[in-house]
Amino acid sequence: MSLVDNSTSISFLIDGEEIPFVKGQSILQAALAAGKYIPHLCYHPEFKPNGSCKLCTVKINGRPGASCITQAEAGLSVESDTPEINDKRRTLLQMLLVEGNHFCPSCEKSGNCMLQALAYDLGVMSPHFPQIFPVRLVDASHSDILLDFNRCILCEICVRASDEVDHKNVFAFSGRGITKHLIVNAESGRLADTDFLATDKAAQVCPVGVILPKRMGFTIPIGRRKFDERPISEQMEKVADAAGIAIRESSP
Amino acid sequence: MSIQTPLETIDAVLARNLDNPTRLIQILREIQEALGWLSPEVLAIVARGIRLPLARVKGVAGFYSFFHTQPMGRYRVLWSDNVTDRMLGSTDLMSEMCKKLWLEPGRVSEDGLASVATTSCTGMCDQGPAILVNYRAITRLNSQRVTHIVDLIRSNTPLTDWPTEFFQIDDNIRRRDILLGNSIQRGDALRSATQQSPLAILEEIKRSSLRGRGGAGFSTGLKLEACRNARGSGSNPEHYVICNADEGEPGTFKDRVLLTTQADLVFEGMTVAAYVVGARRGFLYLRGEYRYLLDSLEAVLSRRRADRLLGHNILEKDGFDFDIEIHLGAGAYICGEESALIESLEGKRGIPRIRPPFPVTHGYLNQPTSVNNVETLAAAALISVKGGDWFRTIGTAKSSGTKVLSISGDCDRPGIYEYPFGVTVAEVLADCGAELSKTQAVQISGPSGICISAEEFKRRIGFEDLPTAGAFMVFNTQRDMFEVAHNFSHFFAHESCGFCTPCRVGTTLLKNCMDKIEAGHGSEYDINEIFKINRLLQTASHCGLGHTACNPMFDTLQKFKPAYERRLKSLAFEPAFDLDETLSQARQMTGRDDAAAHLESNAEENS
Repeated sequence: MSLVDNSTSISFLIDGEEIPFVKGQSILQAALAAGKYIPHLCYHPEFKPNGSCKLCTVKINGRPGASCITQAEAGLSVESDTPEINDKRRTLLQMLLVEGNHFCPSCEKSGNCMLQALAYDLGVMSPHFPQIFPVRLVDASHSDILLDFNRCILCEICVRASDEVDHKNVFAFSGRGITKHLIVNAESGRLADTDFLATDKAAQVCPVGVILPKRMGFTIPIGRRKFDERPISEQMEKVADAAGIAIRESSP
Repeated sequence: MSIQTPLETIDAVLARNLDNPTRLIQILREIQEALGWLSPEVLAIVARGIRLPLARVKGVAGFYSFFHTQPMGRYRVLWSDNVTDRMLGSTDLMSEMCKKLWLEPGRVSEDGLASVATTSCTGMCDQGPAILVNYRAITRLNSQRVTHIVDLIRSNTPLTDWPTEFFQIDDNIRRRDILLGNSIQRGDALRSATQQSPLAILEEIKRSSLRGRGGAGFSTGLKLEACRNARGSGSNPEHYVICNADEGEPGTFKDRVLLTTQADLVFEGMTVAAYVVGARRGFLYLRGEYRYLLDSLEAVLSRRRADRLLGHNILEKDGFDFDIEIHLGAGAYICGEESALIESLEGKRGIPRIRPPFPVTHGYLNQPTSVNNVETLAAAALISVKGGDWFRTIGTAKSSGTKVLSISGDCDRPGIYEYPFGVTVAEVLADCGAELSKTQAVQISGPSGICISAEEFKRRIGFEDLPTAGAFMVFNTQRDMFEVAHNFSHFFAHESCGFCTPCRVGTTLLKNCMDKIEAGHGSEYDINEIFKINRLLQTASHCGLGHTACNPMFDTLQKFKPAYERRLKSLAFEPAFDLDETLSQARQMTGRDDAAAHLESNAEENS
């Protein structure tokens, strides 16, 4: 059952296209529901919006703002798919690429990775900035799940999933600024010393290659994976969120 | 008193803080003060005590610069690293201290005795170079003082036995106006307020046109009114008043002096604000660097309670209950942003919230909260006594009242100056003893503010022209404005909270760019990169830190470009590293140092 009022038809414009919405939806939710893709990484329809990756930044009546945390309003004029905004998005992706250690050819998430897929789709030709090369250790302690922090983009989706759905709080952030990093809820800091299970919601939602199920890395060969087939912007399957009002691209 | 075991210490701290997770920052600080550092075992006990996931507690401990999850030595020396400290010689003095203690910056000595590192501006710019030793402020460092301190550390002398003059902190008030020169008696502002209705006092504050002194300049009357009109939520609706004393902007130290000399007036302003919005609890959020003020401020609060100026039925007025708690920060500039400050007060990492909603409707514990600067609240107390019309006669049309400036850098008389708004930069420079012909630039309102050059010294302090939170750093013509911006780029990279991509990564990329130019590897390409990152930070950052993080580079590139150009290697691209230098290890290993083993000479031979 939907709690929102569908009785009046209200809409706003994205890149000149009319986007209907229901009260309470963010610009991003309304856009995805209408089949208009806006790039995003830290947004996940099943959790509270986070507003941190800034990939979904658009211009709202001429002013920049993150579309996942801005409420849709009738009559807004939103610019999204413009050379200027896409240029900013490429820069953000390049920042994420140099911040972590992303070696796509050796990554088992290649082809199913949202960061890689967005970079391809937006035409990122190189990381551009000098690599930061942080030292991040891998945690292979858990019997069913590998954690490779090298690829973490700090989207907070696993933190929210473990908190809001699993009620386990297995993940949190520590550090600050460029040293901010994902940590595990155990005195030892190791995943094996938590109650984490491969069936947890938090084990299913990583958009990049940090939280990986063991022993199935290459069951689908590279080249035949989700984003090898079609770009991320063309893969929006109908998936309803908690309130039954959004559509998103299904998780890889 | 018997000596407590670590476990007893932790239990005592937890009990004193009622096992309350919103007091986590205070709990960690108190435990660290007793035990020296926060070990994994200690954090686990705390997490159990306040019933939070351990990872959250670790995340909080890992966020604040002043919390240590590694042992840091019995003496932790932190050198204030503002550009004004550097101009007074802090870099050389710190090297001298490290050399005498036989240690590398940032590393703990082998015997666990001491560590020496840098920290963001400690707010002692008028009496620098300054340091913190175990979070106690020491000013006016010089070579003798360094030698003396090294001796005291080597001999394991407890901090309580160090010479008291080391810890002397001067007010250096050079110019007083309505605020610093007030003759108001304790309780006057509150007596005047309680003789009127809260709405009447609110009208008085609105009539005064008082605007926030933290830099942004929002109307104080409108803020209090919005907070008053907002409904609290849940079963225990409350309103809160918070005094923002997290004075972290480098070059700013006026709140330190206001809290030293006008604490009663500040608390009185908070109480007046509480009367207006209907708050029963208030907080003073004091930056960790001002830990030394805590005891005297607590004493002022106790005296006010005894005098019925705080507590139950204040001044015998039925139902007017209000009290104030002091929370200490722990080394995070971002907590000066009001929603990050509230997160910190709730015991969390200081991450700015998504706005709207704003704190006036959803603030501390999601209740309506008014967060105001120290100076704003002191001014509100003045208005309560003397009226809004009187206040509005001072200053300019859009900036009523006075502004307290914190002046440091190249001038004869650094310190605190209070002026009516509208004063020109040139007048201020003349008063503080900075010769106009020898002054190159002034950084107004700190790194996040604006850098003005000599042609702009006729500009005026005020919201119409040069808004400021108070910092006023003077640079003479001998100073290298590139070095100033370079210092500020490190500050922002260190203080970015890391929440959003553009600021988290962008501030570090900017810092690296400035390091590259400083090392002589820069080119026009790097200048363009700075502009490009600036545009992204302006567009996409989550909060003001990101929006302003490139200001110092942007301003100095516009106004002092030669300072950059003389460092640029070429107008084309240059790599950040020296290719020949990276081959030196290989040369050492092969025992070769002939011309053919060097890139440069190779190139020459081939040409």
